[in-house]
Amino acid sequence: MKRYALNLHPNTFVRYQNRNLFSLYQWSTLKCLLNIVCDNTGLTPIHIRGQKQDMATTIEVKRKNGAIEAALANDASGRPRIEKRGRPFDDFMRYLLLACGTISVLTTLGIVWVLGSEALAFFTSVNDQGNVFSTVLGNLGNFLTGTQWQPGAGLFGIWPLLEATLMTSFMAMLVAVPLGLGAAVYLSEYASQRTRSTLKPVLEVLAGIPTVVYGYFAITFMTPLLQGVFGRDTVQFYNTASAGLVMGIMILPTIASMSEDALTAVPRALREASYGLGATKFETISKVVIPAGLSGILAAAIVGISRAVGETMIVALAAGAGPRFSFPPDFFVAAETMTGHIARISGGDLSYGSIDYQSLFAIGLALFIFTLLLNMLSRYVTNRFREAYQ
Amino acid sequence: MTSMTLGSGATAIDLKHVKVFYSDKLAVDDVSIPIYKNKITAFIGPSGCGKSTVLRAINRMNDLIPGARVEGEINYHGKNLYGKEVDPVEVRRRIGMVFQKPNPFPKSIYDNVAYGPRLLGVTDKRTLDEIVERSIKGSFLWDEVKGDLKKSGLALSGGQQQRLCIARTIAIEPDVILMDEPCSALDPIATQAIEELMKELVKSYTIVIVTHNMQQAQRVSDFTAFYSIRKAEETGGQERRWGVLGEFAPTEQLFSNPKSEETERYIRGEFG
Repeated sequence: MKRYALNLHPNTFVRYQNRNLFSLYQWSTLKCLLNIVCDNTGLTPIHIRGQKQDMATTIEVKRKNGAIEAALANDASGRPRIEKRGRPFDDFMRYLLLACGTISVLTTLGIVWVLGSEALAFFTSVNDQGNVFSTVLGNLGNFLTGTQWQPGAGLFGIWPLLEATLMTSFMAMLVAVPLGLGAAVYLSEYASQRTRSTLKPVLEVLAGIPTVVYGYFAITFMTPLLQGVFGRDTVQFYNTASAGLVMGIMILPTIASMSEDALTAVPRALREASYGLGATKFETISKVVIPAGLSGILAAAIVGISRAVGETMIVALAAGAGPRFSFPPDFFVAAETMTGHIARISGGDLSYGSIDYQSLFAIGLALFIFTLLLNMLSRYVTNRFREAYQ
Repeated sequence: MTSMTLGSGATAIDLKHVKVFYSDKLAVDDVSIPIYKNKITAFIGPSGCGKSTVLRAINRMNDLIPGARVEGEINYHGKNLYGKEVDPVEVRRRIGMVFQKPNPFPKSIYDNVAYGPRLLGVTDKRTLDEIVERSIKGSFLWDEVKGDLKKSGLALSGGQQQRLCIARTIAIEPDVILMDEPCSALDPIATQAIEELMKELVKSYTIVIVTHNMQQAQRVSDFTAFYSIRKAEETGGQERRWGVLGEFAPTEQLFSNPKSEETERYIRGEFG
């Protein structure tokens, strides 16, 4: 915090814009100083608050969000106060915020710990193969390569679940990325200020619809639609295409909104440079604006994929209720995603410590690692392809 | 004051009674000046006098601002740039622009310069290489960057960035180059480099430069247009301001023997 000090007499009474602000001496000098402060900071004097502390006077210039921009202070002696003094509130806030940060980090670590330890318990106990080492390795191998998930038969291959997750997410991205980017380009480049200020909030409301509603939308609208187009014989009632498409609609506003922010942030000077070289609007958008905003657009897509991979309600309702591996992938048959399986199994009677129970943590860990890899990939991709404009 | 009395060669552009409005508010009133071929014309005047506005009207950059409107004629090769059949994109390919703040694309030096030619459909690698080399040489930047054309344009210094922007502009070989205070963000040494470059470029191009720096106008330009501000009280006590052309003359004459008192006061530095 910047501090400004000046000599003030505490007993001079001053009114400013019909409000008693503070008592002080040489109001005009102070006003000049405040104006300088305000000019430099872009603040208006309406944000100035006066405060009488005993015989001392403190004036603080605040931003609208309450952060103190500058303060003018003196003590009763009339000398400027510049000595150090304790700031208990600042210290308190510092530790409070530190606590917030620590709690969120510790929570994450705790979740990783639980996931890891339960998954390890799963891998050490599914099928005993002599010593611990080869048991874990063998089970892990089966888990990562197996194409059957039948807990009753002791088969725990992740592929049926992983494939369904990949299929629904792929479908979702097929809808959400092109439409989302298109909407973002329209909003940031073509729409008038008024259209944008109407459409963007609407788009963001769409992001707030509960996913269970989307799930019903998939069953009652998307599935019949697909059945109508491709025939009832081809399209099962529960299928990954329907769930994936609706998931795409769910993610669309997130991608559109984030991409729009990325595109709007591209400086006007770059657009002008392009137009100045005789580029058309579309050339400017495709060759300058989108490349410059690419890191933000990719970030939006990755957030979208992460949401698609983790989305549960829609797939639980519309994709099916039984792990099924199909090769080549068939989007019109029922299948169960990792999240859908976890939701269904943990909904039933599940005894603590059983193999079924532990297998869920193995899936959970796989999901966690999957999204972690996605995040790392996105960081790599954004750094690699970004056209940083600042 | 007509082009005849000043007459020295052909004009590249003729502005006739140009008025610019921003959402129906008059920004610049009635500007008529010739822009002579292969000469440097400087626009000077106090802030808010509309000199940049007129400059941006010349290559229809103002079209990009919602609500901007131009009246009058800006004739280029006998055609009014604001005629109905004129495509602003084609205009900007022939009348290039260099901006106040260097604004290279966040791409490599090569791609920055090749941007315009690629828009025009040049895809052949060897042709592009030639254009890029010729343009960067033309903006006196070659010796500083020749080893590393793959480097980002943003990695260059401010003065180098501005010369890159000039290289980018001359890569499409426009007729006219408009420069909107090209040196205002640069240090004196970089400014000198740009000024020398302008004197070289004017052999093949027509240049219009907006500048706040009267010494710069004197150093580089052949003709100078001085713009000034008119004010009027509106109903409700609000003040309306707009820019007008104060005086247009050969630079030497304008600075040594200004016709109007306002010009004289401005060039003596009494306001601005």
